[in-house]
Amino acid sequence: MTKFKLNGRDVVVDVPEDTPLLWALRDDLDQTGTKFGCGVGQCGACTVLVGGRATRSCITPLSSIEGAEVTTIEGLDPQGRHPVQEAWKEIQVPQCGYCQSGQIMQAVSLLKDYPDPTDEQIDGVMGGSLCRCMTYVRIRKAIKKAAAALREETSHG
Amino acid sequence: MKDRLHGNGIGGRVIKRILAGVAAVGALGGLGFLYYAWYPSIAPVPRPAASSFSAAQIERGRIVAAEGYCAECHTRTDMGGGPELAGDYKMDTPFGAIYSSNITPDEKTGIGNWSEAAFHRAMHLGVSREGEHLIPAFPFDHFTKMTDQDISDLYAYIMTRPAVSMAQRPNELPFPLSLRILQAGWKLLYFWPGVYKPDPRHDALWNRGAYLAEGNAHCGACHTPRDFMGAEKRSSDYEGAVVDNWIAPPLNEHNPTPTTWTEDELFQYLRFGVAPLHGPAGGPMSPVPHRFLSTVPEEDVHAIAHYFADLDHASERQGHDKAALALAMEQSKAGLIGPNTDPDAKLYQGACAACHYNAAPTPVLGRPDLALNNALWLDEPTNLYQVILHGLTAEEGQSGIAMPSFYNALSDQDMARIAAYLRRTRTTLPPWTDLEKKAAAVRKTVQHVPVNSSH
Repeated sequence: MTKFKLNGRDVVVDVPEDTPLLWALRDDLDQTGTKFGCGVGQCGACTVLVGGRATRSCITPLSSIEGAEVTTIEGLDPQGRHPVQEAWKEIQVPQCGYCQSGQIMQAVSLLKDYPDPTDEQIDGVMGGSLCRCMTYVRIRKAIKKAAAALREETSHG
Repeated sequence: MKDRLHGNGIGGRVIKRILAGVAAVGALGGLGFLYYAWYPSIAPVPRPAASSFSAAQIERGRIVAAEGYCAECHTRTDMGGGPELAGDYKMDTPFGAIYSSNITPDEKTGIGNWSEAAFHRAMHLGVSREGEHLIPAFPFDHFTKMTDQDISDLYAYIMTRPAVSMAQRPNELPFPLSLRILQAGWKLLYFWPGVYKPDPRHDALWNRGAYLAEGNAHCGACHTPRDFMGAEKRSSDYEGAVVDNWIAPPLNEHNPTPTTWTEDELFQYLRFGVAPLHGPAGGPMSPVPHRFLSTVPEEDVHAIAHYFADLDHASERQGHDKAALALAMEQSKAGLIGPNTDPDAKLYQGACAACHYNAAPTPVLGRPDLALNNALWLDEPTNLYQVILHGLTAEEGQSGIAMPSFYNALSDQDMARIAAYLRRTRTTLPPWTDLEKKAAAVRKTVQHVPVNSSH
């Protein structure tokens, strides 16, 4: 029995505590926006936020997130209009789309740490999120656009 | 011939006398030892009523209990855990497994019928109410330094906890170590009872820190290496030691991290479980901040931090910190920027860098920078491997965030590659040796695989 906060609401899952968070999200909590990629924390497709920080959910056991706050792509914004999601749509980043929720969650986390990221900072943080369609150029562009939008949002309080 | 016989006669008499003398001294010594070793049983008392202690005293006792981490070793953690303070915590020692005692006030299986005098004697002299010598896994060599007031307050707290009827498993010490009388011999060699005496060369804060660290908080029990008899080596205070398959790093000036453990870094670490320029508390250290030192008066944590910042000569060393930090921030991005064909860097980038990369001027809290972390700078990769295999729960390290468990994600060979790569690119130290073998050895110590394989 593991209790945690998922997208702002309290949830309880009754599965063995060594179950990967990703399985609980998809199979027990019906949050299928988060994808299974490699299963060994090497590709970034399963990235969610735990305590606001990007975390590979495929190898994070439920026992590790007892009491924590988990945010998935579904919980980023009620209308799916988080500035990063908006930028993603405007730049038309996704092609097949499979890795994109992980990319977006990683980008959200990046922008918290580096609100005006340089190319180096984007490489440093996003380098572990793989895209077989090679949308990297647009990902970089969308991150910069979202960063500008977020800074705008902040400056207008 | 006669002379020779005569001579032999004298010689025989002398030898006999010497032997008799030795026997007498031996007997006296033995009697002396028995006198030293023997303690009377202290009569049992009915469990004191909770109303016999004031709320203020119980609260002071709660703080003493937290600063001594009683619950950590007196609560079972294997077999699905046990009730707090009810004992049966399994401690693996080089001499065999031992199981801690029930210190709830249950009169039969706990210490409910111990008078305060009996409790005091156990803390100060390591002797049970019944007069039996306690095994020094119970760190009475530290607790002896505690004031009578602190012990009295602790007694009030312990006696007002819920009584739990639970017996511990028998110790697995082989004969003759199982003979309690032998513990008296250990004490004769290694134990100097006595309450902490303030050092007049230092101020009150330092002395408070020293009193806590050397006494109740028993830091040396893990951070000072032990000799073949299991006693802390007095000549190697705080030099670091292996505990529960982790390395408890040195707490003196030999701590190898590039930036100094300053008073503030130590305070952040001990109070909140994460030091911005060093990283999170993992493994057996994690409960120290989260379960205990976050619940005690802040001044006490400041005092401990103050004491260790003096012990590691922080004020003399921290002049180098700025340069060390700048170097670490350069190292942090190695292999991650632009095209890279080093397969080890690629492995690191895939598995670790998204969370551990940092940019100048300083690491982000929540991105523990490996170039600054003890795990890369210790003589062995043990702690690095432990964290890779276990990850960190939201409760451990920095609160509310988690590190995944790479137990099923990285093979021993993968871990060895990452360890070698990080040591090469994030430190200025010589390479570690036998990395794959050591990865397998640390993996073997993982008792419960944290995460189910996803394949």
